Amino acid sequence: MKIDLARMFDLIAGDPQADRAVPPTGFTARLTLFTAGAMAFLAVFAMALSLATGRLADRWSAELARTSTLRITAPVDQADAQLRSAITVLETTPGVAAARPLSADEQRALLEPWFGVGLPVEDLPIPQLIEIIEEGDGYDSIGLRARLQAEVPGAVLDDHTRWREPLVKAANRLRTLGWLAIVLIAGSTAAMITLAAQAALAANAQVIRVMRLVGARDIYIAGAFVRRFTLRALTGGAIGTVVGMIAIWLLPSTDVAGGFLTGLGFQGVGWLAPLIIPPLAAAVAFFATRAAALRMLEEQS
Amino acid sequence: MIELENVAYNYGGAELFSQVSLTLSAGSFHFLTGPSGAGKTTLLKLCYGALQATAGQVRLFGDDAARMDRDAVALSRRRIGVVHQDCQFLDHLNVSDNIALPLTVSGRDAEAAGNLGDLIGWVGLCGQADQLPPELSGGERQRAALARAVIMSPDVIIADEPTGNVDWEMSQRLLTLLVELNRMGKTVIIATHDMNLIRAAKSQVTTRVLRLQDRRLMQAGAEL
Ligand SMILES: Nc1ncnc2c1ncn2[C@@H]1O[C@H](COP(=O)(O)OP(=O)(O)OP(=O)(O)O)[C@@H](O)[C@H]1O
Ligand SMILES: [Mg+2]
Repeated sequence: MKIDLARMFDLIAGDPQADRAVPPTGFTARLTLFTAGAMAFLAVFAMALSLATGRLADRWSAELARTSTLRITAPVDQADAQLRSAITVLETTPGVAAARPLSADEQRALLEPWFGVGLPVEDLPIPQLIEIIEEGDGYDSIGLRARLQAEVPGAVLDDHTRWREPLVKAANRLRTLGWLAIVLIAGSTAAMITLAAQAALAANAQVIRVMRLVGARDIYIAGAFVRRFTLRALTGGAIGTVVGMIAIWLLPSTDVAGGFLTGLGFQGVGWLAPLIIPPLAAAVAFFATRAAALRMLEEQS
Repeated sequence: MIELENVAYNYGGAELFSQVSLTLSAGSFHFLTGPSGAGKTTLLKLCYGALQATAGQVRLFGDDAARMDRDAVALSRRRIGVVHQDCQFLDHLNVSDNIALPLTVSGRDAEAAGNLGDLIGWVGLCGQADQLPPELSGGERQRAALARAVIMSPDVIIADEPTGNVDWEMSQRLLTLLVELNRMGKTVIIATHDMNLIRAAKSQVTTRVLRLQDRRLMQAGAEL
């Protein structure tokens, strides 16, 4: 890898004279520029999707995995007793860091969106909620359910897995799809640049023959093409990336849209992530063109 | 410098020539004659590694040409200046860039600048240096080809019909250039049909005249 990098640098810095020896081929230049630009644009979105869903999955699993809720529905006269025994059961359960009954104020706040301000929760037969904070690897929910069923008949344990898991799974899958899209984009870029390079090489067969007759080595001839295609891919990739980033930046903000879609974007240092796309496009072009050129020079000798 | 030992060649069909042995030693001056189609150009291509012998051995500067990789062939071509029968220029580069091309591809551009002007003057192309090759006359193309062949100061100069397109006076001038190079110690081999050119050369340097005919290479004699 180190040798390749050194050689890569050599080839790119290279000898501008060689570039003049190979005449410019307009259509392959435009094709490469356009391909690199379009692919970079798409790659920015794929990257935004991956990063956003990754963030989402992390947040959901982190926030929700550590907490669960116990709901106690009991006749008014048994409520206090059941609450106490539930707390006792929870406090003696390994993996539970703390168990705290929600106060009347907190329960009122939870219901406010539906019932408005000033609901007299104390007088209503609404269930008491207990917030459970986990520690370590969490508790054994099957065992805890069994104990609760025996000792606190009115208790229902909600460990959030029911709706957390499919969400996290979906987010993770989206993230994988995003990275897969980036790999596919890189692959198609390589394929298209290979085709463009082959067209340029074929169009310059006579030029290559003459350069060989006067003592040009394969690596020198290949370099003239590699340099050109690498620079075009870098330029196209940079343009596509900038346009893609502006498009992402212009997406409606959280206040306007809300929900999942607003997560699509970059945050903080995440904005630096797409900057890797132009060098990546250049690297793809470098290796694709080099392989195509050396293969063709091999065949023509 | 260049040795051929019992060499044969065919383009896939019948043998074009066989049992050809030839040694181009340092400082020698050879002519290669023979009827059109006898294989003179082919023989010269063997001498600069553009073709591989189908039998026998070709040695370039001591190395077996059949075993050289492409890089080695490229490096040996920098020591052999070739005037091709069809010149072989890059038509999008001007005459002076074409003449400098061997320097360019071997990464020696800057140091050449002074040398290049002298050389263009030497072949009398000062007025044409900025023109493109297709705009040149046949004789001008051949002079440019000769200039390109010698710019690397090669050990060996191979010229295939270098006077094919020029009048007697110009062919004399080109011959004088080649003789001058030979006096400087370069090995020269010229393929030509022009017996007058050979006679003119014989009065200036010691030459061997070879004739490729009926699939054999032999010493030419009596007719000169
Ligand atoms: N690339 C090729 N493929 C097949 N046959 C070829 C090829 N090049 C040359 N020939 C044939 O080989 C024979 C010798 O060609 P060559 O050019 O060596 O002759 P020559 O002696 O240089 O002729 P001239 O004096 O006309 O230049 C010719 O019959 C030619 O048709
Ligand atoms: Mg010929």
